[in-house]
Amino acid sequence: MTDFSQAFGVAFQLLIRGDDALYEIIFLSLRVSLTATLIACVIGLPLGAALATLSFRGKWLLTVVTNTLMGMPPVVLGLILYMALSNAGPFGWLQLLYTPGAMILAQTLLIIPIVTALTRQIIDDNWLDYREQLHSLCVPRFAAIQTLLWDTRASLLTVAMAGFARAISEVGAVIVVGGNINHLTRVMTTAIALETSKGELALALALGMVLLLISLMINASVLSAKGHTSR
Amino acid sequence: MISNVARLLASILLLVTTSTHGSDAILVQSTTSTANSGLYDFLLPVFRQHSGITVNVVAVGTGQAIRNARNCDADVLLVHAKEAEEQFVSDGYGVHRHDLMYNDFVIVGPSDDPGAIKGLSTSVAAFTAIASTRSLFASRGDNSGTHKKELSLWQNASIDAAADSGKWYRETGSGMGATMNTAVGMGAYTLTDRATWISFKNRQNHAVLFEGDSDLFNQYGVILVNQEKCPAVKSAQGQKFIDWLISSDGQQLIASYQVNGQQLFYPNAR
Amino acid sequence: MNTTATPARRNVQLPLQVRALSYQVQGRQLLSPLNLSIDSTGISIMLGPNGAGKSLLLRLLHGLLKPDSGSILWNQQSIGELSVRMQQSMVFQKPVLLRRSVAANIDYVLKLRNKASTQRRDELLHSAGLADKSAQPARSLSGGEQQRLAIARALATSPAVLFLDEPTASLDPEATSHIEHQVHQAARAGIKVIMVTHDLSQARRLAHDVIFMSYGTIAEHSSAGLFFSNPASVAGKTWLSSYLQPSQTNSPSHD
Repeated sequence: MTDFSQAFGVAFQLLIRGDDALYEIIFLSLRVSLTATLIACVIGLPLGAALATLSFRGKWLLTVVTNTLMGMPPVVLGLILYMALSNAGPFGWLQLLYTPGAMILAQTLLIIPIVTALTRQIIDDNWLDYREQLHSLCVPRFAAIQTLLWDTRASLLTVAMAGFARAISEVGAVIVVGGNINHLTRVMTTAIALETSKGELALALALGMVLLLISLMINASVLSAKGHTSR
Repeated sequence: MISNVARLLASILLLVTTSTHGSDAILVQSTTSTANSGLYDFLLPVFRQHSGITVNVVAVGTGQAIRNARNCDADVLLVHAKEAEEQFVSDGYGVHRHDLMYNDFVIVGPSDDPGAIKGLSTSVAAFTAIASTRSLFASRGDNSGTHKKELSLWQNASIDAAADSGKWYRETGSGMGATMNTAVGMGAYTLTDRATWISFKNRQNHAVLFEGDSDLFNQYGVILVNQEKCPAVKSAQGQKFIDWLISSDGQQLIASYQVNGQQLFYPNAR
Repeated sequence: MNTTATPARRNVQLPLQVRALSYQVQGRQLLSPLNLSIDSTGISIMLGPNGAGKSLLLRLLHGLLKPDSGSILWNQQSIGELSVRMQQSMVFQKPVLLRRSVAANIDYVLKLRNKASTQRRDELLHSAGLADKSAQPARSLSGGEQQRLAIARALATSPAVLFLDEPTASLDPEATSHIEHQVHQAARAGIKVIMVTHDLSQARRLAHDVIFMSYGTIAEHSSAGLFFSNPASVAGKTWLSSYLQPSQTNSPSHD
């Protein structure tokens, strides 16, 4: 197996040479997954906080459903979205299929349950501590949720990173709704799948290393930012 | 806070919507064999320069490509399963089917050739030898053009390979590349189109062991999706692309495409 | 620390009148119907053995819990009214500080009451002895400092009533004395203080009157002088005498 040692060399060359095709794929991966993470957080953080702090009918059921959806197989979600976004489907008029927009949508839906469920747990734990104090200060419920979200921001940043990690690493959903179209919807994971199917194992592995390297840099910068904002 | 969220959502929406197809781009549903061999990377820039039209290619198995086109998620269909293509046209989804190019299928396998198929004269003999020695065979099993061809070859040899599925007959349910990776990994024979094989890099000890029978002819066709069934189809641009492919310019370009010094596709449009 | 030494004002929330108050959880009667009235300013101390219902009563008076029956009227107005609760503050045994800077903890409350003012914030931090730590993360403070900040934050709402639930339970003597000073200052500024404690000597130092609780009811409500010299209730007598045993460890438990 020379592929493994070869892969390091290829990965290094790819990055050093500044391969345009590679950078295009990296930027699209980041654009899609970061946007998806952002939207998922805008929806999932307040939703998780609401699940933790509000009491309403169906709350238990919603919590169970959210936790279950964390295990949604990406390819199944991709298939559902394909059928919805297809020109033969109900949302074909959006003309989203085979665009980065469809990929953002897929990854957003994929990670909303993760962000929501983890946020709910974190806010729930803190709510035990904060509830009496905030109640005593007559903080309105909406403002209380805001306060909790802000006060647990360090933990929630980890939640966002978990969502981002799931988004940028999945291939099943984006390959179905994106189509792995060169220069349009090809991202790191679909490129890896393609190179694997071409038998270019060293190149595929090298792309995998580049993907991990990017994740590493993002995690490192988030973690150092977190060091400044926590407590 | 609320206005901040609204502003955020608005900018996200902008991000999402700026990413739709260019208005002049067409979508081609195609097979993995044409895409993986690099043919499109070779042809499409030339066509774009010639016409100003961007062609986006989704590469999946022929079965899935046809199904996607039936959902109107394509302007042009370029696959290799003639019967299914003609069905597609007669069902009204396609305007007209053009022969475009051909190559051939080959049987690849481990160099030690446990079924001793090397040197046999017909594909029937080769498939019979594989089955009688119960040598491992990796099948696509995904309703693709190659899979359909393989099934017809078993039928010609009067062998019910599916009955031994999971024993020596292994259905991967995957694309050509993944199936070849599997075949290489388990030392199995498999049927592949020549273009994919030539551009495939992870061959290890595998080699072409049987080729040349007229049974193994592999015809590619190209079809414009019918606007009457699918109103969103960009007929003018799609037709332009097809006209160019079957023009002498396009055909010459196809003939000139080589990988490792070997021609992959032989144009035969009339 | 003299900025709050203004002459006592008439307390808008007094008198407090509690009638036939009871509270139960899953069929267990935790407070039997009890009556209480408070019409004087100053510091009322709640004393009594563990499980007597002191913290529970404090939360009911502040409206954090809803009684099963009975009424709690602050100057004729029900504790259910938001306007009544808005004029009260509470400090808990374990301070719940926001994960922000010391200053931001005060700003949060000032802003909540639409009274954002850096001048007022600085005053509050100054009288809590935290002026030089305003930029530090609140949760990096020592236990005593955290509780001082919690009190300063409670005072930021300009309350008419301040509840404290064993605020010095886990603090050393020096930190305790600092807290007591803050409590004194607040009472002198006209704020009605109602405080639960287990520390008898602290009760002696602070109390104007004592509400002694036992087994979910009020055994007696007397002036401090009377309670400590000659308690009216048998329960109060027993408790005080057990406290004054030579062994003198913690308060006895009736659980």
